[in-house]
Amino acid sequence: MDTSELSKHIEALIFVSETPLRIDRIAEILETDRATVRPIIDALALRYATVDGGLRLEEVSEGFQLRTIPASAPYLQQLVRTRPFRFSRAALETLAIIAYRQPVTRAEVEYLRGVDSGGVVKTLLEKQLVRILGKKDVPGRPLMYGTSRDFLEFFGLRDLASLPTLKEFSELAPESLDSGLTTADDHEGSED
Amino acid sequence: MGYDVKLENFEGPLDLLLHLIKKNEMDIYDIQIAEVTGQYLSILDTMQNLNLDIAGEFLLMAATLLHIKSRLLLPPSVAEEAEEEELDPRAELVRRLLEYQKYKNAGDNLNQLPQVNRDIFIRSFPAPDRGEPDDAELVAVGLFELVEAFQRLLKETSDPYIHEVQVERLSVSERIADILDLLAGRREIAFTELFPTVPELPVVVVTFLALLELVRLRMVRLMQNSRCGGIWLYPAVDDATPSPSMNEENLGYL
Repeated sequence: MDTSELSKHIEALIFVSETPLRIDRIAEILETDRATVRPIIDALALRYATVDGGLRLEEVSEGFQLRTIPASAPYLQQLVRTRPFRFSRAALETLAIIAYRQPVTRAEVEYLRGVDSGGVVKTLLEKQLVRILGKKDVPGRPLMYGTSRDFLEFFGLRDLASLPTLKEFSELAPESLDSGLTTADDHEGSED
Repeated sequence: MGYDVKLENFEGPLDLLLHLIKKNEMDIYDIQIAEVTGQYLSILDTMQNLNLDIAGEFLLMAATLLHIKSRLLLPPSVAEEAEEEELDPRAELVRRLLEYQKYKNAGDNLNQLPQVNRDIFIRSFPAPDRGEPDDAELVAVGLFELVEAFQRLLKETSDPYIHEVQVERLSVSERIADILDLLAGRREIAFTELFPTVPELPVVVVTFLALLELVRLRMVRLMQNSRCGGIWLYPAVDDATPSPSMNEENLGYL
């Protein structure tokens, strides 16, 4: 198959795939190799960006996926009618700690946050953003948590390395950050 | 007292303390413990007056603050003066506050990322419950997913009998044999095939134990279509493995 032929099939595969489609899988289906597939996908992604339509081809969760542009979000929300999951502050803090410090136990999360986090961790497990990685080899064998592949897909991250850099503080940050996020329905969703 | 704070907005004692320090424009490395402790305690009082349950964590922090305050009041002993640097009683608290602030900030940053179904959308599919498992994206079933699957089943179980005439003894080993029979000569079976349409509670429980046992003995593999998909049972690869003895005693259920 020549490149333009491959390109058509790759686009079709990514369109239909339920989850971000890995290069390996594409290469396997099209009976070719990664080195052939990669530049074709890059060209496809560039084409979506250049045409400037409603879709982008993006690399998330170590695979490729067609995603809508953020500008369409208000209209898509009416179409889909699923209320987006609103994170509470507790959920965001907990998720951040798990994401940056995995594998991490509940006790470690609670020490960092200073509050009981069992309910929040459970909700994150149910949302499949967090998964159990195993048991820590210390007395009591507590469960260790980490983020899932769904987490990467949910936040549009290629892999864990592409998480925003963790900012070290040697001083206090201005208070302003709080207010923008804590809205009236801040407490729905993640606490049970 | 006039501290205008919305109590419910604080995620915990660290969050509250951070707020107080910022509000008073204190230097994080030179917290005026007496002042902060006073304000902290009066907020706790307000909570009590409002009949709010004060979580234990808030009380623990109050105790910590008072402890630090008392240590600051005491003149340092000679031994302490010798190694003064590490011994600011506030150091540990400052470290925790900065660490907490780091993850609070990271959480806010996460929230700024494009989120599925909020900022960007992807094609979604109705999860096919039955049908062929999708080989490509099978992932091993975790204990959590398995428990969830059983929880869903438990919701569908028939009402408990009111007249129970005779108790049928269900045995885990029999159930294991049943499951293996179902699997015999097949490539896979669906989790749902293990149950009648309205399963009874004991059947669900015994099946759960049987499945855990089969997985432990590596006689069955549990896989599922990548996201919240149906769970599938596969016979473990090696048919020739001698089946370990499976009486109730060995399994530890007697």
